Formats: sequence, C-alpha cells, structure tokens
Amino acid sequence: MATTPVLGERALPPGGARSFLMRLRGGEEIAYTITFTAAAAIFVITALICYELFAQSEISRHKFGWAFLFTSEWDPVAGKFGALPFIYGTVITSVLALLIAIPQGIGSAIFLAEMAPARISNALTFLIELLAAVPSVIYGLLGVFILVPVLQKSVVPALKSVFGALPIFQGAFYGVSYFSAGIVLSVMIVPFIISVSREVLISVPRDQREASLALGASKWQTVWLVVVPNASTGIMGSIFLALARALGETMAVTMVIGNTPQIKASLLAPGYSIAAVIANEFTEATGDLYLSALIELGLVLFGVTFVLNGLARILIMATAQKGAHS
Amino acid sequence: MKRSSLYLVVATLACAAAAAGLSLTGAGATFPYPMYSKWFSDYHKLHGDLEINYQSIGSGGGIKQVTEGTVDFGATDGPMNDTQLAEFKQKRGCDVLHFPTVMGAVVPTYNIPGVTGELNLTPEALAGIFLGKITKWNDAEIAKANPGVKLPGDDIVVVHRSDGSGTTYVWVDFLSKVSPEWKTKVGVGTSVNWPVGLGGKGNEGVSGQIKQTPNSIGYVELIYAVQNKLPYGKVRNASGAFIKAELASVTAAASGAAANMPADFRVSITNAPGKTAYPISSFTWLLIPSKIQDPAKQKAVKDFLQWMLGPGQKMAEPLSYAQLPTPVIAMELKAISKIQ
Repeated sequence: MATTPVLGERALPPGGARSFLMRLRGGEEIAYTITFTAAAAIFVITALICYELFAQSEISRHKFGWAFLFTSEWDPVAGKFGALPFIYGTVITSVLALLIAIPQGIGSAIFLAEMAPARISNALTFLIELLAAVPSVIYGLLGVFILVPVLQKSVVPALKSVFGALPIFQGAFYGVSYFSAGIVLSVMIVPFIISVSREVLISVPRDQREASLALGASKWQTVWLVVVPNASTGIMGSIFLALARALGETMAVTMVIGNTPQIKASLLAPGYSIAAVIANEFTEATGDLYLSALIELGLVLFGVTFVLNGLARILIMATAQKGAHS
Repeated sequence: MKRSSLYLVVATLACAAAAAGLSLTGAGATFPYPMYSKWFSDYHKLHGDLEINYQSIGSGGGIKQVTEGTVDFGATDGPMNDTQLAEFKQKRGCDVLHFPTVMGAVVPTYNIPGVTGELNLTPEALAGIFLGKITKWNDAEIAKANPGVKLPGDDIVVVHRSDGSGTTYVWVDFLSKVSPEWKTKVGVGTSVNWPVGLGGKGNEGVSGQIKQTPNSIGYVELIYAVQNKLPYGKVRNASGAFIKAELASVTAAASGAAANMPADFRVSITNAPGKTAYPISSFTWLLIPSKIQDPAKQKAVKDFLQWMLGPGQKMAEPLSYAQLPTPVIAMELKAISKIQ
C-alpha cells in the first residue's frame, strides 16, 4: 500500500491505493481475507489436534515405541498396551463398508442423476439426505435389534452353506462381528457417496452428453463412457468422505462389533475398533500410562486415516489411468 | 447515564448471585447417580441457599477431577489405590477421605434355553467360566450345585462390559478373591484384559447381548436386573450358602465387613463373611478432601454428610439401593470431624 488517500484531496487517488480502494469496494480484499481465514482455520485445527495427540501420548510413546503398533495385548491392569487388534478391526470394517457402499452408492447416484424422472430423483434425494442426518446411535440400535437377528437367522447360515470353506466365513457367529459392523457402516456412509456423486454427475456439462449422443452412443454408453469419467474426481471425493466417516465412527460400531481385542481372519468373529475402544475406556481410565495409551490410539487413527486415504487415492488413480488407456 | 445504569444492574445481579449462596460441584460414579440426584435435589429443597451439582462421568473421571481440584468432591465405585492417594496428597496438600454412601451388588445373569429357574453358581464355576476353563453348561462344577436342573451340553458364551466401569471392578474384585488364577492372570480394574468373551456397552449392552445369544452368561448391576426383570443366579458366599442378591443380603455383606472396617473406609466387601451375606456386594464412596479452605463450603459439606447418613439413608430402598449398616454409619459420623 502506498499512501492512504485523503478524502477530497484529489478525485482519484493514485496507483496502488486506488486499486486497493476499488478492490475493497468490490469486496475482493474482504472476501479474500474471510475465505483465507476459513481455509487456514482448517489447517490450524488439524495441526493442533495432531500436536495435542502427539504431546499427550508422550508417556505411552516412550514406553512402547513402535511396538505399540505391532503388539496385540491390551491389559490395563498390567499396563501393557498394543494397538494392532484395534487397527485391524478399524481397517477391516471400513474396507468392508466401502466394498458394499461404493457400488451401491455410485449405482444409485447414476440412476438418480441420469435415469430417473426429475420428480422421483428429487424425492429420493431428499430421503437420502434424511438418512445422512440419522444419529449413529440409532444405526447402532437398529443394528443390534434388527440386523443382527436377521444375520443370525438367515443371512449367515446361507453364506456359510455356500462359502463355508473360505477362511473369512469360519467359526461360530454370535451376531456381533466385523461383518455386522461393516454392514451397519455401509448403510451409514452410502448417503455421503450418493448425495455428493449425484451433484457431480448432474453438473457434467450438457454439451458433452449431446456430443456423445450425436456420435451414435446409446444412453447408457454416454453415461458410462462420458459422464462418469468426467465426474470421476468428484466421485472420488465422495468416497474419501465416506471412508473418513467409516474410520471415525464410534457409537454404531461399538454396539455391533463385539468389543473383543483380537485378530481373526473370519469376518464372523467379534473384534474391536480404535474409535470404539477410546469411547469405551476413556472415562474410567485413571493411570497416566493408560490415558496416554488411549490418546496414542487417537494419533494412530489419524495415521490410519492418512494411509488409507493415500492408498485409496493411488488405487483409484491407477484404475482410472488403466481405463483411459484401454 | 445509560452506561452507569447498566453497571448498576450488573452489580446488583452479582450481589444477588452471591447472596443466593453456595454451590458445590461433584463428579464421578454413574452407578449411584439416581440416588445422588435424589439426595441433592431434596437437600436443595430443605436448604434453598445450597446447590449441589453432580456430573456422573464415571469413577475414573471423578477421582481425576477431585485430584486436580476442579470439583469440590468426587465419587467412586472402587476405592482409590495407594498411588492415587499419594498423588492426591502431592497435588492438593491434604488427604482425601472416603465416605461410603449406599451399597449395590452385581449379579450373574444368563440365557440358557430350557433353564427357567435360578441357577446356583459356585465361585469356582464363575471364575472357571470367565477364565475360559469351563466351556460347557453341563460341566461338573456347575451341575453339582444344581441337582435336578437339566443343563445343556452347549458352549458357554461369556459377555462382559466393554466400557470401563465400577460394575466390572466389583465383579473382577470378587473373582480375584475366590480364584488365585484370576488374581495373577487378569487382576482387578475398571477394565481388564478378558481371557474370553464378547464386550457389551453398559448394562443394557450386556443384557441385550445375553438376550440375543443362547447359552450366554454375563453380569449386570442388581438394580438393572431387578428393574428389567432379568433372570439372575444365586452365588455361594464365604460361609457356603447360596444367596440371592437382595437389599437385605447386600446390607448383610456390609455388616459382616463392618467388624474389620479400616478407619479410612477403603474396604472391599466382596466375598464378605456372614451367613446371609451376598458375596458380590460393594460400597460406593464420596471422595472429600480433608481440608476445605472456604468455611461456608466446609460447613455445607459436613451438614450434608450428616443429613445423608441420617434421613438420607431412608431414601435408599425405594430406589433399590441397600442402606448402610448402623455400625458403619456411626463410624462415618465420627469421621466427619476429620474435614477441616
């Protein structure tokens, strides 16, 4: 900024000051400052959370080192803490949820955006947004009282009779398991995928579709080969959002996962997740080491989210490139 | 002019707030919360100038907050251990006093198809089941205490609390008193490393899991079992009798322990002596610093304890808590003078 203009001195203040004033009048500076602050706040909050988790988990980090990530004993009485079963449970349930939710979510987004009559599309979209607003404890209760009995009575016996030889369907089924948690999570995250993907699909420019149709492509060919690739970045974004939600979900998961810190190949076995153990044990954790270990679990969850997000990004980019070459 | 009148209003409000009196803040155990909230609201009706706020954040949180001095008193279902007492002394420069308020019990509840009556459970059977050593319902250890009951040969499914809790503390405290193996392998705490079993969140999580899982067994608070009409078993006590958990048998457990009551009241009354004592019973305690600087607060705390041990005790039974036995009340009334 050069000089501050004095009112009435000259009709037009010179140089930089003039453009500043003009920009101010146009709201440019203000808008920049406000949006910058908003964006910076995200960064600052994330950094602060990371720093606090790191600082508060010092005792546990010093005592266990990297072994914290690779040992499976969780014994608050003896003061031995290992995070592996919790990491395993978090990853398995989230991946399972994504495997179910991605095809369903993208499928219904395509239907709503491209195929359905506007009235049905709007009504369904409203319902989906309602679904996203249901509190997670409700999903947990529905999981415990409706889903688990159904799984126990019909779904799992059927699965076992067909795929019983596979290691992922071995062992006794008590209702609560990785499997149940994955299904409940998939229902919880599907609205995020549908709602964001639908918006992105709708915003693909009309002339793209018209060009494709003019070249003789069918409706479905247009959707699958032109519209969806165009929207792929946005769809990816919706999947990351869903993944983050699945990794951090606490209440619904703890109600259906069985809360048993163990590592089992079978999806039908009970397990535990990071967010669930923190919520369960934090209030009654008294010793400094115990508290510190729980906080380190929070830090680990941060790390797991980071790594899984990165892996998903690489995977999707790789498949997208392969698609482009063929 | 406008501004000065605003100041006046603020000043008046401040004075009014000060005159409206005193407020005490406490935090801790969730188990006695219904009792405490009844006491605190009734006491407020009697003494309008005193307000007691209680947050049921869990025993661990109660111990932590009273140690940090962020609340006036704490509450816990398991007594503070020696390390915690030392930490309190170092941070606050005075001792912490334990005052038993009421008693509760933890009961084994189960779902065995075909078994409708009350099972008799020996301590050995309970420890064996929760250690994963007794795996079938028709195991000899269970069958010999239940002649005439047709027990299935199915696998036992163990359900325990997944959240840290005073209920778990009482349950495992009992198991480690009756089973040396439990004591060395698992130990005592609000959360432990369970050898077997599924975790349910809260009493409702445990009972929900049991209802849905045939051949399962778990443990819940007596009050919860009574209110929800859950089936629960009799447990053999230290003198060899199978006792059903009831308010009378819980009070009997405390009377049995009263003879050897230590001066600081930090006593576990699981597996207590006494013919009619229910063995998985426990006190719940208020944690009060021995030095309260503010004379008004000090008096308020002392008066409240006085009242809680007198008329307050009469309010316990309608809420399904067991009253303190008379000798314990007498000891506590003496201990109030330790608050200075």
